[in-house]
Amino acid sequence: MASPTLTTGTPDARKGGGARRVRRQLPASPWLFAAPGLLITGAFILYPFVSTLVNSFTDRRTLVPGEFVGLANFRELLHDDMFWIGLRNSSLYVLGVVPALVLLPLLLALLVQKNIPGITFFRSAFYTPVVASIVVVGLIWVWLLDERGLVNSLLETLGGSPVGFLSDQWLILLSAMGVTVWKGLGYYMIIYLAALANVPRELHEAAAVDGAGAVRRFLTVTVPAVRSTMVLVAALSSVAAFKVFSEVYLMAGPSGGPAGEDTTLVMLVQRTGTGLTGRVGYASAISVVVFAVTVVLMLLVLRADRKEDA
Amino acid sequence: MSTAEKTRPAERTRAADRERKREPRIADEHGRRVRGWELALRYLLLLGVLALTIGPFLWQLSTSLKGPTEDIFSSPPKFLPSDPTLHNYERVADTIPVWDYALNSLKVAAANVVTNCVGAALAGYALARLRYRGRRVATLVFILAMLVPVEGIIIAQFTTMRELGLNNTLVGVVLPGCVSALNVLLMRNAFLNLPYEIEEAAFVDGANVWQRFLRIALPAVKGTLAVVAIFAFMGAWDDFLWPLIVLSDPSRFTLTIGLNYLHGTFANDERLVAAGTIIAVAPLIVLFACLQRYFFRGVGEGAVKG
Repeated sequence: MASPTLTTGTPDARKGGGARRVRRQLPASPWLFAAPGLLITGAFILYPFVSTLVNSFTDRRTLVPGEFVGLANFRELLHDDMFWIGLRNSSLYVLGVVPALVLLPLLLALLVQKNIPGITFFRSAFYTPVVASIVVVGLIWVWLLDERGLVNSLLETLGGSPVGFLSDQWLILLSAMGVTVWKGLGYYMIIYLAALANVPRELHEAAAVDGAGAVRRFLTVTVPAVRSTMVLVAALSSVAAFKVFSEVYLMAGPSGGPAGEDTTLVMLVQRTGTGLTGRVGYASAISVVVFAVTVVLMLLVLRADRKEDA
Repeated sequence: MSTAEKTRPAERTRAADRERKREPRIADEHGRRVRGWELALRYLLLLGVLALTIGPFLWQLSTSLKGPTEDIFSSPPKFLPSDPTLHNYERVADTIPVWDYALNSLKVAAANVVTNCVGAALAGYALARLRYRGRRVATLVFILAMLVPVEGIIIAQFTTMRELGLNNTLVGVVLPGCVSALNVLLMRNAFLNLPYEIEEAAFVDGANVWQRFLRIALPAVKGTLAVVAIFAFMGAWDDFLWPLIVLSDPSRFTLTIGLNYLHGTFANDERLVAAGTIIAVAPLIVLFACLQRYFFRGVGEGAVKG
């Protein structure tokens, strides 16, 4: 090819770039293109990440530069009741939310998969909770689950007695999980829709010919076909669930419900590390635990995936 | 494929095709007819889920329109306000500067859209289309950044902002997410998928790298750019944790922080909180309704790649 070749990453493009490239493109210009992104990412993501790791070994406070204290923060964590409460609640959140978010959006995707009239309206409508801000969603549900809110007045109308969704330690956590699932349904539904579009219909037909009913076809055809997507959803939702903040913060209040029993780990990070007297070093140590558990969760999910393959 | 065509499923499809030509009926994505009772069941379920997903928003809207004399705690509940009024929307503005908060949110969201579109397009182009030493390292930086959980570094982001003297400013709210790594990688993928020949012609004609980027590559990835813009707007408008940490002066609050403040301070009047949440959610629902086509494509792509 006689024409000059563009500078791209494909191996054959390297040939012939040579002298002309120098004339048409300053050596610095790729870096100028990437500079804004690299600067922002470096300054506000990677540098804070490294400084979180470093700070976790110091006694730094908001206004006081800290000194190296070794593992003191981590030793203190072991004896901090609030930390264990946070770890318990964040872990319970994963156990409560993930199975629901793996299964329910799949069923929802099957429901909206068929192109029947009006289906795009339903798909968009089911996605609305994802679009709404978590604060709006939280406040709506606080009002719905209030002692005198809609859910309780419906319960009373049906002859039940009001339930203290927002006053009991465990019911608060359960309600917050419900809100997380409610808000996440539409998001994971879309992921499943994309996966379902790739399931060969011959599989379903073959199963139907063999006399398999809808439930059996779901278990023997649909689930195996979207299994890798289920693993993806499990990974995404478990990591997100472990880092839960807003739902519990809004429903239990900033102090984490009765006696702080509903505090999650990220709530604890926020409470410990901010403000003028914030214990930045200690909050960083909790953050490091959050990182570590997140990584372990990812590895566990991926491992579960491999096992099923074998 | 020839053996597959002889199998039963293919025959069944042809039969279904014939049937469809004879009497046009509601059909699924494979062109097969959907049976009546199954259709009814589907719509019933769809309406049930609809009530669960949209109902809470409608109940909030209804509460916000109920006047001061109306009992909002009645049992059985009343869905339609007996005498709808916009009074609560006026009162919420008297209680907190809700329109200032909305303006702050709008500024933050608009800035986030501009910086993300510009920054991610530039960086994405550099990663996909330009060749230089260190390109792999640059790509790796963005991939690593995407894996860092924001919740874990939020205190360090806060201290970084303090060191820069930008805490408690809207600039401080925008900066950490203003060129998100995910968006950079989305743009990179979009540029990678462009056929290489279209830029080659411009290159022969002597177009420099800036001209090629602006005139040829960028117009070709408008769809992805729209997705980035939508995500950037929604992300900034909806964000809660970061503004909560970085903003301390109530006059600079964004809408989400202002609402939380309203809820904390005036929790006794649900009509006010309801009006506030409707002000916060209405623009997004409108935006989403207008752009949902791009949206669904983008969410699917983004999720699978992310």
